[in-house]
Amino acid sequence: MLNPADLQALWLTLQLAALSTLLLLLLGIPLAWWLARSRARWRFALEALIALPLVLPPTVLGFYLLLALGSRGPLDFIGLAPLAFSFKGLVIGSVIYSLPFVVQPLQNAFERIGPRPLEVAATLGARPLDALLTVALPLARPGLLSAAVLGFAHTLGEFGVVLMIGGNIPGETRVASIAIYEHVESLDYAAAHGLSLVLLVLSFVLLLLVFRARRGDRVLSL
Amino acid sequence: MAITAQLAEFPLQVRFTAPASGVTALFGPSGAGKTCTLRAIAGLDRHRGSQVRFAGETWQGQAHWLPTWQRPLSYLFQESSLFAHLNVLDNVRYGLRRRGGTQAHDPMELLERLGLAPLAQRQPQSLSGGERRRVALARALAPAPRLLLMDEPLSGLDRARKAEILPWLAQLSRRFATPMLLVSHELQEVARLADRLVLMDRGRVHHEGGLIATLARADLALADRDDASVVLEAKVNRIQEAAALAEVSVGQQQLRVLLPPGLKQGQTLRLQIAARDVSLATCEPRGSSILNILPARVSALREAGAGQTLVALELDGGGALLSRITRWSCEELGLQPDMPVFAQVKSVALLT
Repeated sequence: MLNPADLQALWLTLQLAALSTLLLLLLGIPLAWWLARSRARWRFALEALIALPLVLPPTVLGFYLLLALGSRGPLDFIGLAPLAFSFKGLVIGSVIYSLPFVVQPLQNAFERIGPRPLEVAATLGARPLDALLTVALPLARPGLLSAAVLGFAHTLGEFGVVLMIGGNIPGETRVASIAIYEHVESLDYAAAHGLSLVLLVLSFVLLLLVFRARRGDRVLSL
Repeated sequence: MAITAQLAEFPLQVRFTAPASGVTALFGPSGAGKTCTLRAIAGLDRHRGSQVRFAGETWQGQAHWLPTWQRPLSYLFQESSLFAHLNVLDNVRYGLRRRGGTQAHDPMELLERLGLAPLAQRQPQSLSGGERRRVALARALAPAPRLLLMDEPLSGLDRARKAEILPWLAQLSRRFATPMLLVSHELQEVARLADRLVLMDRGRVHHEGGLIATLARADLALADRDDASVVLEAKVNRIQEAAALAEVSVGQQQLRVLLPPGLKQGQTLRLQIAARDVSLATCEPRGSSILNILPARVSALREAGAGQTLVALELDGGGALLSRITRWSCEELGLQPDMPVFAQVKSVALLT
């Protein structure tokens, strides 16, 4: 059904989404934790910054990333090889692009748990990191699952940013959404159908997971 | 301890000491700053300029701050706040794993003692309100804290549930030598559990002293409460099964009370007598249905609200009572300090 080039694009997409999700969680958990607990006055500024990819045209984000990741960009300046048009570049782009989809569910989950379970943990001798790992994260599990799935699914569908910073290099930056675009451009609708259907079904199944997880939500028993 | 804080409505300025054993109650109306004080002691809130010292260790000082997790305490919150993702046994073990020293209790034994052993594997969501409180209590006690803080441990429970938990609390305060600090606005709770009272209102300590002596004072705002009452330490002398009565001694006086199930001879217990249940006579009444008529001496008199007078009494042979009578009766009897009277006690509550 799918030709080898499309399979390769799909496989690359899944790798990109998986790696990005992992990095997103590593970055998103402390960020969301801090946002949920901090009383800093400039907290809203950081929240707005993280939410930016929700409203910004992906091309704008992609353009600035291209400048940042390209040769003679700031990253090149500090010694990192130019990352534009590479898989690594895509990962960086995806992480920034999908950050709000991961931070917001996590932040909501942490806020909903409230300070009490962590206070209880502290009075029982748990240091803050211990309380985060043994109390907050297990109680935030539905939010954690939402965040992971949304981050993953959103990265699957990424197009504009990839186009700007990744281009269309098979096996390196040619992800499924780009491949679909190519097929449509060359009027190969059958191939476009095949790949689109896979993404459609995959995304739907992932969202089913999210909404099911939200059902079984429980935080604290009073 | 000296806690200073600026709360939304009023400044909190609390300074008191609590003995190294027994139960000290912070008692006062809602919004008096009691919970704030308790949270500051636990290190859950940090107020500049406060001082918290416990058994010679500084928990909070001028440039010193010990985070909550390093303070050897346990805190019983108003709600049981069990961890929803852990079963009963793992909830109880949580503190044990982190701070359990040689003194720590065996979690199963503790559950057993609190009547929770059959529930060890259950999730908190499947427990009743009373059971959850008991689990929270077991969780707080398990690591053998050197100080137990309790914030209205019975709030939000109905009468039956309260009656279920109170004996456990009372028993534990006696069995474990752990000093406890209890926040409460319920006289019943305090009368039953506390040894020492710190009276608070609007962020200040108005009085601190032993429970029995403090409750017997007519000059404190405490005595203006509708349920103002005294607590007496009593010992069971004799049980009259046939009459379903027990004879208990308070100082050198004997009182007869309705026999509750399970009372044993020689047992000590607390009696609570409400001021409104004590009437006075200047000569010994005869032919009365009232069981307990005690010779006493007026120690103080005070107007207490519209047409009422509060009379503090010293019982002959030790112990004190409060009596609330009408001002009219007080004038009619010509009551004066130091005058001998007979106190007729209409009802006595046993706090076992």
